[in-house]
Amino acid sequence: MSQKVLLNATEVNIILHRLACQLIENHNDFSNTVLIGLQPRGKYLANRMASILKEEYGIKDLKLGQLDITFFRDDFRRGNKTLEANKTQIDFLVEDKNVVFIDDVLHTGRSINAALTAIQSFGRPKEVELLTLIDRRFSRHLPIQPNYKGRQVDAINNEKVKVNWKENEGEDVVYLVRT
Amino acid sequence: MSELSVNHLLGIKYITKNDIDLIFETADHFKEVINRPIKKVPSLRDVTIANLFFENSTRTKLSFELAEKRLSADVINFSAAQSSVKKGETLIDTVNNILSMKVDMVVMRHPNPGAGVFLSKHIKASIINAGDGAHEHPTQALLDSYSIRERLGEVAGKNVVIVGDILHSRVALSNIYALKLQGANVMVCGPNTLIPKHIEKLGVKVETNLRKALNWCDVANMLRVQNERMDISYFPSTREYTQQFGVDKALLDSLNKEIVIMHPGPINRGVEITSDVADSDQAIILDQVQNGVAVRMAVIYLLASKIKN
Repeated sequence: MSQKVLLNATEVNIILHRLACQLIENHNDFSNTVLIGLQPRGKYLANRMASILKEEYGIKDLKLGQLDITFFRDDFRRGNKTLEANKTQIDFLVEDKNVVFIDDVLHTGRSINAALTAIQSFGRPKEVELLTLIDRRFSRHLPIQPNYKGRQVDAINNEKVKVNWKENEGEDVVYLVRT
Repeated sequence: MSELSVNHLLGIKYITKNDIDLIFETADHFKEVINRPIKKVPSLRDVTIANLFFENSTRTKLSFELAEKRLSADVINFSAAQSSVKKGETLIDTVNNILSMKVDMVVMRHPNPGAGVFLSKHIKASIINAGDGAHEHPTQALLDSYSIRERLGEVAGKNVVIVGDILHSRVALSNIYALKLQGANVMVCGPNTLIPKHIEKLGVKVETNLRKALNWCDVANMLRVQNERMDISYFPSTREYTQQFGVDKALLDSLNKEIVIMHPGPINRGVEITSDVADSDQAIILDQVQNGVAVRMAVIYLLASKIKN
């Protein structure tokens, strides 16, 4: 197994600020927009985006939630392991809101597909957008594309993208891992 | 710890502490799901479940059926009263006929102890015991422990007394196994005639004085007197039973602490507990019913995920 650094901490930081600016460009003061981090790994990026928007760009009322898609996945009983759920925390309705899904890596698009079904339990959103740090091109199983992307990566089948976060793994870094 | 150690839920006796922890963690997520505006998830859309009730039930059957439907499973219901069982069909034949219609999971209540264990040796489908005679009622014990955990933070170290008809109660036996497995201290309390011989071998205390038992406990689980299972008289009269083993508000208020009151239902108001106790803030009887759906969703989800496509 070998791994190569795709993005270091400085690069991640620059990208997060760019993504924050792009969000502001489209959503102004976020009065009708909610950010939804997709469990388990999207919540770190969502929390980080929220704190940049609040602290550095003065967005006051930012609604942030976490959505778990386990019970909506299309691979239940298809693998060997039981799919383990994570916490969903959405204390608001998304009826008529602009929803921005946030996840670290966009790969096959199946998680996003499940998330699109799952979010309907909380109302009918006006519009749903997708923000990802890494967009793995050419690996999609479904017609799903991100509206905001940090970096596009052409990873082949036996390669994996691993995103580490300061609050969880100790440093912000993105690796391309070859197995 | 990500999957159950068993393929059937036949009784608490057959599962581990890790299984209980996994069921409770999963139930936490389902509890959040059933409090959403849309209370349904599509996980089990390709699973068919048969509810076989060879004995009457209202809330357990409703609770299972709701849990199955919230998980998007296809459900078929069967009750012995309107079936060929009356024409002399055996249990295995009845179940095999139902399974040949491509059923993946069976939820069964049966008047004979061990019916679930027997069936699990003869059929392939996953089985959940929804009560077998006076033997076990595992999902009831799980939801009872889940409700204690929700109210008091944890089950370990808590003193729990089970009051009433221990002899005829599957809820009591499953609760004793479940509570002991989680490290609670368990006592049974009731008339001597309704306490099984040698029950202390299960590691429980025995007490016949209700006031002493209530002063000892953090939680009292009040069982119903099961008149339908009594072939002889176990106590002189219902009135005398109530005087000695019924809980009223005056008795609760005279204790040295505030205890939690549970009841698996159906309640005989005025017999084992009075109405003012059943409706008080100390009682978590309706929480138990709500938690029942979440816990059963967790059990069904975890067992279904072990059925291979």
